[in-house]
Amino acid sequence: MLKWKDKPQKIQGGEDTLQEKPTFGLGFLKQNMMLFALILLVVLFQILIVAQDKGSFFAPANITNLISQNSYVVILATGMLLCILTGGNIDLSVGSGVALIGAIAGTLIVNMHMNIYLAIVICLLSGIALGAWQGFWIAYVRIPSFIVTLAGMLTFRGLALIILNGVTISPYPEEYKRYFNSFLPGGDASASGKMSASLAIAAVLCVVFVAVSAYSRIHKQRKQYHVEAFGVALVRTLVICALILAVFWLFGQDKGVPVILITLGVIVAAYHYYTSKTVPGRYLYAMGGNEKAAVFSGVNTNRALFFAYTNMGFLVAVAALICVSRFDSSFPAVGTNYELDAIGACFIGGASAYGGVGTVSGSVIGAVFMGVLNNGMSILGIDANWQRAVKGIVLLAAVIMDVVSRKRRRG
Amino acid sequence: MKNHLLEMHHITKTFSGVRALYDVNFDVEEGEIHALVGENGAGKSTLMNILSGVYGYGNYEGEIIYEGELCRFSGIRDSEKKGIIIIHQELALVPQMSIAENMFLGNERGKALNINWDETYQEAEKYLKIVGLKESSHTLIKDISVGKQQLVEIAKALAKRVRLLILDEPTASLNEDDSQKLLNLLLQLKSEGVTSIMISHKLSEISKVADRITILRDGSTIETLQKGVDDIGEGRIIKGMVGRELSDRFPARESHIGDVSLEIRDWIVYHPLYERKVCDGVNLKLRRGEVVGISGLMGAGRSELAMSVFGKLYGRDISGTLLLDGKEVEIKTVREAIAHKIAYVTEDRKTSGLVLSNPIRTNATLANMDRISNMGRIDADREAMMAEELTEMLGVKCNGIEQSAGSLSGGNQQKVLLCKWMFTEPDILILDEPTRGIDVGAKYEIYTFINELVAQNKSVLMISSEMPEILGMCDRIYVMNEGRIVAELDGKEATQEKIMSGILRADAS
Repeated sequence: MLKWKDKPQKIQGGEDTLQEKPTFGLGFLKQNMMLFALILLVVLFQILIVAQDKGSFFAPANITNLISQNSYVVILATGMLLCILTGGNIDLSVGSGVALIGAIAGTLIVNMHMNIYLAIVICLLSGIALGAWQGFWIAYVRIPSFIVTLAGMLTFRGLALIILNGVTISPYPEEYKRYFNSFLPGGDASASGKMSASLAIAAVLCVVFVAVSAYSRIHKQRKQYHVEAFGVALVRTLVICALILAVFWLFGQDKGVPVILITLGVIVAAYHYYTSKTVPGRYLYAMGGNEKAAVFSGVNTNRALFFAYTNMGFLVAVAALICVSRFDSSFPAVGTNYELDAIGACFIGGASAYGGVGTVSGSVIGAVFMGVLNNGMSILGIDANWQRAVKGIVLLAAVIMDVVSRKRRRG
Repeated sequence: MKNHLLEMHHITKTFSGVRALYDVNFDVEEGEIHALVGENGAGKSTLMNILSGVYGYGNYEGEIIYEGELCRFSGIRDSEKKGIIIIHQELALVPQMSIAENMFLGNERGKALNINWDETYQEAEKYLKIVGLKESSHTLIKDISVGKQQLVEIAKALAKRVRLLILDEPTASLNEDDSQKLLNLLLQLKSEGVTSIMISHKLSEISKVADRITILRDGSTIETLQKGVDDIGEGRIIKGMVGRELSDRFPARESHIGDVSLEIRDWIVYHPLYERKVCDGVNLKLRRGEVVGISGLMGAGRSELAMSVFGKLYGRDISGTLLLDGKEVEIKTVREAIAHKIAYVTEDRKTSGLVLSNPIRTNATLANMDRISNMGRIDADREAMMAEELTEMLGVKCNGIEQSAGSLSGGNQQKVLLCKWMFTEPDILILDEPTRGIDVGAKYEIYTFINELVAQNKSVLMISSEMPEILGMCDRIYVMNEGRIVAELDGKEATQEKIMSGILRADAS
C-alpha cells in the first residue's frame, strides 16, 4: 500500500523536502483510505465495547481469536485477488473446494491414519489438481470463469458429500492440529515464559525488518537511486516496529504466538512479492488491464490465467487444512459462503471488478476489515442476521467509494 | 446576414481548479458547416459537451442561446429534444443489434411497452436511403465497416429530427474513400437545411467543406475564419492553432540508406475464419536507415500483414519467407519477434496498445521485462529509472511515471506506446497509424523521432491512412490493395494521385 506514493516522483536533488509535503496530504489519505477506515472501525468498536462494559476489543484473547477466525479468509482472498486481477474473473468454487479437500483430509488422516505429512502433500496436490482442472477450461478453452466455477461449486460440494457420506469426521490427532492450531511456546510454558518468548519473537521480527529496510536503503544509495527522506523512513519503521511489539505483547498475555500466524505471514509475503516484484505477477496486471495490449507485448495470457486458477486451487487446499484443524472435524457444510468472504475482501481492499487493479496488502486489509466487523459486532451482541446485512452494506459502500472517487479523479 | 442558430457567450468551465475553457464565444449560423479546430486539449470536446448538456447547466459559466432562446440543458435528452445531436468519435452503437434497432435505440417507434417493429424497419430503410447506405436495416452493426457505421450514426441523428449536428472527428478512422463520401453527405444535408459543427484534425477536409472555421487554443477562442473572406488554407489554420507559423509539417531528413534489413517473400495469410487470403503473395523489402510507407484503403490487409509477420498474431496457414539481414528466420511468437529486434507499434493505442489503468512506468517496460528483471524478479529501482529516461527521451508530458496511461492526452499516450517499443531496443519498427487522432504539434514531434530512429540506422515501416504523412515522411511507398502490393513508388516522385490510381488500376484489373 505504501509502495509508490511515499516517494516523490521526480528525481530532483535538494528539493526533496518540498516534494514530500503533498504525500502526507490528501493523496496519502486517499491511497490508504481502507487502512484508515480499518483503524477508525477498530477505534469505534473499542469505544462502543468499553462504553457497554463488555471488556475490550484489545483483550489478548480476542486478538488471538480474531486471527484464528479469519486466517482462511486472508488466504483465500490472496488467491482470489490473482483471479480478479486477470480481468475481473472470480472463483465461486472456493467454498466447495474447501469442503472437498477437507473431506479428503478427514478420510486420509482420521479414517485411514495416514502419515500426516504425506496426507498434507496429497491434499495440496489435490487442490492444485482442482485448480488446474478449472484453469484449463477457463484459460485454454476460454469458457467464462463464472460458469466454470459455478459448475465447480456444485461438483465439488457434491463430491465432498459423497466422500463424507453425509457424516462428520472427527477428531483430528493432536499431532496434526499442532501445525495449525497451537501456540508458541508450547501449552505447558509458564505465563512469564510465554511473554518472554512472544517478545523475543517480536524483537527478532523487528530486527529483521529494520535490517531489510536499512539494507535496501543503503543499496539504493550506493546505486544512486532515489531514496525517501530519512525522517519519513525512520518514522515509518518505528511505527511498524511498535505495532509488531504491541501485538506480540498481547499474544504473550494470552496463549502465546499462534502458529497459524507463521503460515499466514509466509503466504502474504510470498504473494505480495509475487504480484509486486516479479515478471509473471506483472503480467497478471497487464492482462487484466488490457489483454490485447498484453498479447501484443508478448505476454502469454493463457498461461497467466491458468496459473491464477491453479494457484487458487492450491490456496483452497491450504485453507481447507487450516479449517479442518480449527473445527477439529470435516463436515459437509464447511466452507459455505467462503468464496463470498474472499471476493468481498478483495473488493473492499480496492481491487477493480474489471481487473488490472488491486494489491495483496489491500486484500489483506479487506479481509481483516471484514473480520473486525464480524468480531466487533459479535462482542457487542448484535444479532447474527443484522451482522449479515451490515456486511452487505459495507461491501457495497466500499465499492461505491472506489468507483466514485475514481470518477472524480477523472473529472 | 443569416440568422444565428446558436450563440454561446462567455463560456468558462473549470475542472477541479484547472481551467478548460475561458470566456469562449462561439456562434453558428443557420445552414452552415462550422468547423471547430484546435490542438488536443484545446477545449473542443469540452465546449461540445457543454452544448449537448453532458456538463449540465450550473456546471459552467456563461450562456447558451439556441434559436433565440436561453437554454439550460441538464442532460443530453434536453438538448436532443431541441434537435442538437452529437456523434462522438467513438461510435455509440451496439454491435449485436441490427442497424434499425440501433437507429431507434432510445427513440423507439410505437409504444414503450409495445414496439412497432414493422414501422421501425420501414423507417430505417428510408433513412438509410437518405444517407446513401446500401445495406439491409436487418444487418447487424458488427458485420459492417466503420465507415458504414458512421453513416448509421448520421441516419440515427436524422431519425431524431436533427437541426444541429455535431460531429467529433467523423473521419478519424475512415479511409480516403469513405471520408469523401461522408463529407459529400454533409454537404447534401446542408442543402437540406441541417446545420453542422465538425471537429476535425484533418485540415484538408475542413478547407473543403467548412463555411466558417473557429479556432480554439488553450481553452479560448482565437479567431473565426470565413470562407471567401479569409484565407482558409491549411497553413493559415495551423498558424492559428499553434500560434506560430509551422513552416513545414514534416521535419527534413537526409537519407542514408543501407543494406536490406527485412525482406518478405511470397507472404500468404489466410483469414482466421473464412477461406480467404488476407495477404496474397506479398513481396516487400526494407533497408536500414529507410522509412517505407504502406498506403492503401482500410481493409487492404496492411495491419494484418504486419501482425502476421510479428509473431503470427493474425491469420492461419501463413506461408512465405521472412529474411532478416539476408538470413531466413521463422518467427512463431511475439517474444521471438521481439528477440529478433522487431517492434510493432499497434494501430489502436487504447484497445491494443496500452494498459490504460496501469501507470506509465509499467506500460513502458511491459514488452521487455527481461531488461529490468533477473530470474523473474523485477528490479523496481532500475525500472523506475529507465521509465524516467524513456519518457524524457520522447518528451511525454506527465506528472511523473506513476500517472496512469489512461489519464494522458492522445498524443502523450502515443508517445508512451513508442516508449514501450523503444524499450525493446528494436532495429526494425513497424508503426501502424502512428499519428492517428493526435494534434499537429505532437505529430511533428513523432515525425522528428522517426527521423532520429532512421538516423541511427534503424528501419521504419509505416502504415498510414493519411496520405500527406506517407508522402511527407517516406523514402519509398508500397501501395496495398486487397492483400496484394499493387504499386511501389519512390518517395520523391509519389503523389496522392499516383497512389490512388495504383489502387484504382488494381481494382479494374
